[in-house]
Amino acid sequence: MERTGSSASLSPHRDKSLSNNQEPDHTKSPLSQRVKDLAPSGIRRFFDIISTMDDVISLGVGEPDFVTPWRIREAAIYSLEKGYTMYTSNFGLLELRQAISGYLKERYNLTYDPTNQVIITVGVSQALDLAMRAILDPGDEVIVPEPTYVSYIPCISLAGGVPVTVPTHMENSFQVRPSDIEARITPNTKAILMGYPNNPTGAVMPRQEMEQIADIARRHDLLVISDEIYERLVYGVVHTCFASLPGMADRTIHLGGFSKSYAMTGWRVGYACSNPEITEAMMKVHQYTMLCAPIQGQMAAIEAIRSGDGAVEEMREEYNRRRHLMVRGLNRLGLNCVEPQGAFYTFPSIKGLGMSSDEFAERLLVEERVALVPGSAFGPSGEGHVRCCYAVSLEEIEEALERIGRFVRSLKGGS
Amino acid sequence: MRDILAILEQNAKATPEEISEMTEHTPEEVREAIAQAERDKAIVKYKAVINWDRAGEEKVMALVELRVTPQQDVGFDSVAKRIARFPEVRSLHLMSGGYDLSVLLVGSTMQELSSFVTMKLAILEEVQGTTTHFLLKRFKEDGVILDGEDGVKRLPLTP
Repeated sequence: MERTGSSASLSPHRDKSLSNNQEPDHTKSPLSQRVKDLAPSGIRRFFDIISTMDDVISLGVGEPDFVTPWRIREAAIYSLEKGYTMYTSNFGLLELRQAISGYLKERYNLTYDPTNQVIITVGVSQALDLAMRAILDPGDEVIVPEPTYVSYIPCISLAGGVPVTVPTHMENSFQVRPSDIEARITPNTKAILMGYPNNPTGAVMPRQEMEQIADIARRHDLLVISDEIYERLVYGVVHTCFASLPGMADRTIHLGGFSKSYAMTGWRVGYACSNPEITEAMMKVHQYTMLCAPIQGQMAAIEAIRSGDGAVEEMREEYNRRRHLMVRGLNRLGLNCVEPQGAFYTFPSIKGLGMSSDEFAERLLVEERVALVPGSAFGPSGEGHVRCCYAVSLEEIEEALERIGRFVRSLKGGS
Repeated sequence: MRDILAILEQNAKATPEEISEMTEHTPEEVREAIAQAERDKAIVKYKAVINWDRAGEEKVMALVELRVTPQQDVGFDSVAKRIARFPEVRSLHLMSGGYDLSVLLVGSTMQELSSFVTMKLAILEEVQGTTTHFLLKRFKEDGVILDGEDGVKRLPLTP
């Protein structure tokens, strides 16, 4: 279709330099097969629709609605004034690595040497990419519970690995069953990728089941990559850090960051902690592809760890109030959801309304101007659900529920 | 209880039903907790934070530092309670440091507040001296930034 224009403009240059005045091969794609094989984003077309509309309430966001607490912003401004504008060590600022090491020790009794077991990354997104590229050979399988955060599968594929999904279900509160993981292990399985508290379902894994998964990892000699970006946002339960389970520190790549807890998504600071061998391997990829995370973000992160606890708790309490409002409101409208115990998402069921999650999301957007993300964007087992983010104001949640209610009634009335 | 008070501190108009929706308490429990907090004087008063400039009303505020001689047995309490009764006194605190009582006054004109300081405060027997600072501009009131910048917009959809 329209794409041929761009490929034609690229191909002749390439062909000219490689061949002896032969006719350029216009059939040759400028794109790698690996990239062509990636599934398109499930939300991009909604983005296009929203851009043409006013007065949209978006429950489709994946970030806090708070601005980074002032003390943290102020620390970054101060660092600029002092002239911190240069590269940092590839590992990241030692002071930040020490702070993270201290934080994980205090919170989860984990011991990571800041000199060779902590690496500062450009958000957890990059940490995840580094982890995959550091450990995967072509054909290695990674087991991923599904619905899954949108980057997990592409990251595995781009690193040459093979994603193996494990569906989770509402009946089981979207918690992955250890036996379901074990049933998918093959001689090619290299790792299990866990993301709890979960985006998009808000599920938190109970400690007992995490211990069973740890046991499976040990018995089958698997690594665990644990994305715990939402660790501070849990409600009424205690977050268990995967690496803190007995014997797991050495075979876990712990991924954490500042984006969600401290409302610092745009700063792009995350970290990965693991044993020295894996950390060194991730560092190798990192130094050639990224050099280091932005220094302002790193300076801000140091302040976040030092003084951000109060602000994190304040924001968590506010999310909790919104969570109650959102979950009760959706259940009342007949869009049943299990009570999410973490992150800031709820994943209600739209089964019974006679349409796909994609159609539901599009019609709700067009007819009532409420944006949310269809569950299918998070894998086939997300179908029949939509992701509603409650990191929006109480007033907006109330108005969104009103509009969703009107939409659902119109569907039921019309059927 | 703490969660209920935290909501009311942000929004005094929140009804028991609305608070119930956001917490683990029934509306009845919320009602009872609020009544108890009112009895305990944990909830002192329900008020709105007003930006009088926006309301088109002129208000003059002054912060007065008072140096006071404490009295036997009662320390600063007696004089403080006496000063607190004046309606012009919006808030009153005992301070450590270079002076003793910090008095925030609100009135309609500078003249009104000046004469209040000289005629009512300075003449009190226990008051040794006063320093009056008139407020030029209010930036933040009761934890709320007045005339704050409009919020920065997030992208409407993110993964």
